[in-house]
Amino acid sequence: MPSRQAIKDAQLEQGLFLRRLLFVGLLILLAFAAVIARLIDLQIVNHEHFTTLSQNNRVRLEALPPPRGLIYDRNGVLLAENRPTYQLEVVPEQVRHLDETLAQLGELVAIEPSDVDRFRRMIRRRAPFQAIPLRLNLSDEEVGILAVNRHRFPGVDIQARLGRHYPLDAATAHVLGYVGRIDERELARIDARNYNGTSHIGKIGIERHFEDELHGDIGYRQVEVNAQGRVLRVLDRQPPQSGRDLILGLDIGLQLAAQEALGGRSGAIVAIEPQTGEVLALVSMPAFDPNLFVNGIPASTYSALRQDRAQPLFNRALTGQYPPGSTIKPVIGLAGLEYGVTTASRTMFAAGYYTLPNDTRRYRDWRRQGHGLVDLDLAITQSSDVYFYDLAYRLGIDRMSEFLDRFGMGARTGIDTTGEAPGILPSREWKRRTQNMPWYPGETIIAGIGQGYMLTTPLQLASITATLAMRGERVRPRLLRAMVDSGDETPQWTEREPLPPVSVRDPMFWDQVLEPMVHVMHEKNGTAYGSTGRDAAYMIAGKTGTAQVFGLGEGEYEEDEVAAHLRDHALFIGYAPAESPRIAVAVVVENGGSGGRVAAPVARKVMDHYLLNGHPDDSPNGRPGGAM
Amino acid sequence: MFDGETPRETLGRAVARLLHLDFALLGGLLLLAAIGLTILYSASGEESAMLLRQLVRLGAAFAVMVLLANLPMQSLRLWAPWVYGAGVLLLLLVLLVGDIGKGAQRWLDLGVIRFQPSELMKLAVPLMLAWYFAEKPLPPAFRHLAVAAVVLLLPVALIVKQPDLGTALLVASAGLFVIFLAGMGWRYIVGLLVLAAATAPVAWHYLHDYQRRRVLTLLDPERDPLGAGYHIIQSKIAVGSGGLYGKGWLNGTQSQLEFLPERSTDFIFAVFTEEFGLLGALLLIAVYLFIIFRGLYIAVRAQDTFARLLAGSLSLTFFVYVFVNMGMVSGILPVVGVPLPLVSYGGTSMVTLMAAFGILMSVNSHRRLISK
Repeated sequence: MPSRQAIKDAQLEQGLFLRRLLFVGLLILLAFAAVIARLIDLQIVNHEHFTTLSQNNRVRLEALPPPRGLIYDRNGVLLAENRPTYQLEVVPEQVRHLDETLAQLGELVAIEPSDVDRFRRMIRRRAPFQAIPLRLNLSDEEVGILAVNRHRFPGVDIQARLGRHYPLDAATAHVLGYVGRIDERELARIDARNYNGTSHIGKIGIERHFEDELHGDIGYRQVEVNAQGRVLRVLDRQPPQSGRDLILGLDIGLQLAAQEALGGRSGAIVAIEPQTGEVLALVSMPAFDPNLFVNGIPASTYSALRQDRAQPLFNRALTGQYPPGSTIKPVIGLAGLEYGVTTASRTMFAAGYYTLPNDTRRYRDWRRQGHGLVDLDLAITQSSDVYFYDLAYRLGIDRMSEFLDRFGMGARTGIDTTGEAPGILPSREWKRRTQNMPWYPGETIIAGIGQGYMLTTPLQLASITATLAMRGERVRPRLLRAMVDSGDETPQWTEREPLPPVSVRDPMFWDQVLEPMVHVMHEKNGTAYGSTGRDAAYMIAGKTGTAQVFGLGEGEYEEDEVAAHLRDHALFIGYAPAESPRIAVAVVVENGGSGGRVAAPVARKVMDHYLLNGHPDDSPNGRPGGAM
Repeated sequence: MFDGETPRETLGRAVARLLHLDFALLGGLLLLAAIGLTILYSASGEESAMLLRQLVRLGAAFAVMVLLANLPMQSLRLWAPWVYGAGVLLLLLVLLVGDIGKGAQRWLDLGVIRFQPSELMKLAVPLMLAWYFAEKPLPPAFRHLAVAAVVLLLPVALIVKQPDLGTALLVASAGLFVIFLAGMGWRYIVGLLVLAAATAPVAWHYLHDYQRRRVLTLLDPERDPLGAGYHIIQSKIAVGSGGLYGKGWLNGTQSQLEFLPERSTDFIFAVFTEEFGLLGALLLIAVYLFIIFRGLYIAVRAQDTFARLLAGSLSLTFFVYVFVNMGMVSGILPVVGVPLPLVSYGGTSMVTLMAAFGILMSVNSHRRLISK
């Protein structure tokens, strides 16, 4: 063995090579035998069958697109449905002179150049015998005209298809999103097999996020057609599998009430059920009619929407980022208690401004004369800025941003839809990374009242409010409540998804910041007492906030003197009933001015609708006996 | 075998010998090219411009063949590692800066011509492996097999990444044939097969859903009767309706009425069998078999290990082309983009193929030069 390995043995190698070659030669013969056997099978044994197929190569396979899943609200109200629409289809193979035919069709019904462009692009991608839509959404009149002239155009047909329709139009636009025609980018992404008969796809929102579930599985039918492409009979059929229906946690009645409560102002409202994280209402105003987008929006309408200064296409609830302002104070207060830099009984004198040691810069309170001697309760109830400037200074930015992070501040909540913005939770590290600048002490001070770099979305605010209501228990907000398979009645409920809870050293700390939030609403000196809490039929815990749009420096401004679009945003967060929360609400009214006067009453209307109306079968724990 | 020659045949053989050409192989290839042009005329819808372009390509490819036939084996052996090294570098370059042609990065734009380095690897990999094993005692020891595996897998992995599965398959088989012919032990072969069978389900587990769907459609195109499956359904109808004698030249309805996609490139065998039937197909297969076995015969008669392994591998790779293409068209193999050599329209692989035949001829004439 070793001697044989050491030197090359030409004789042995040649023998080995020959044996290997013989083996391979045999394999080659076997392989060709297999090919020949297959050819005999196709060309002799099944010759008749294939001859028939080739003679009648008029047996066609047609894709049967699956009906898209429907979307309901929590009470079974239909939010997205499929309606029959008529479309003009052309089988390119059956048309002798395509350009001529298109021109003649254009004389009968309106065909936009963009329709023709899309049609020509699709010709290249589909088999020549497949019907390709030329015009969607024909009116009854157009259907009539085409039907009369039908005989003049072989290979042209009117097809009834199911088209998406949103019966509540603008009210659900920012929640559901919408479907639209599949574009080039999406074509590259989707499973071409399953979308063979599908013309529309979810573009944004729920429609996009749950595209796979809503779409369903394609079916086929084998049909015999005559020379003009007319279907003579159906030979075989494999039905499509409809998409799954979605049941959202949304309460459409509440959604409409919230929309109305905004009273035509720009802004956003998010309402969450704190225990489950289910989103009960998600409003962004102004909105738009999603039905416009389903069959291709006319360019003029689209640019009008785009250029509207009120930005109706912008989803304020998910994508809008606002400074949280004073609404962040209860969380900062909790951080102060947790880190032992303050106690519930500690008092300080809050003048009209605050200065850092060894610094002359004055940080002003919203109330020019200050609040006098304040403790934590009074500081939240009356929203003392100076108390929280001091608290922020005692905490420092590192502990403050670490504690806010536990509440999910400055991070996407991970809600089950598209377009959510993360907001910003400033920290030393964040500032170095994004601006390559050190952190300045003054920035810590204004962070204590939710100003400066800090940004949050209304959804994030609602989620933080729910966390307060649940005393630190956190749940990921979600829109989907259940899914129902087609042909199956039993809903599959979405699992509640708990997040890492916020825990504090002493559970009493929660009471020490949540009770003041009740005082905000129900004590005479509370910032939302007069406008909102005074006559409420149940107990609310809330916090008002005002976010500066505009760097004010050391000065103040008179509301009336400032242009409307530079006025402060009015904010409010709150939950109710205070003793056993069932709804957590965040409200942002853009350029609304005062959170107490403007945003809080909006939230009250939402809570009233949810707790007082329309839930006769619910337990009456939302109606306290008047012990305020 | 060629007794009773006329004076003209003798002249032809004399010219062939002078140019270091193998007369039998050359005859087979010319016959094949003629058959190819005939059926291409039909498949192209009687378009003579297309025929002309193919003719120019064939001319260029045959010129490359003659060039390589005149290259002595020693030089080829000397260059083998350099060609391989350059090829791998070019593959890396393609991945970094490659031109995006047909959605995949394969091309290197050299200004005047566009060059596909993965084509070069079809020759470079067997060259390199034959060079490597030529010096080693055979059957190869385990460590030599391990080195060979690296030499093979590096370019294959780079080509798969482009992604070009058809070419990767051909390069891999060219390399594997060298290793097999070098005498890799049967226990290693069986071991590898068992390992592959065992890891397949694990790999499947780690695939994404959409990747699984693609694999499934590849294995079972009828899953997607309007997409990938459309090719194979129409192709089977073309082949089957051809019958024993075929519908006659220019009379195939599947191809002439354009039901059959890619009828002048990858699916040209379907046009051929539709128009010339089973008998035509048998003739074509006979020509291919003749060429393959002539190549193997040259390999057997080669005088050293390098030439022997190289000639064997190149002939067997040619077989893989033919078998994969015919198997795909007749629906017994999945649809992979492999052309029918010298018959399918298109030039990228034709030059490489003819270069391989040039090398085979060089192996043959080189032997004769010494023995005479």
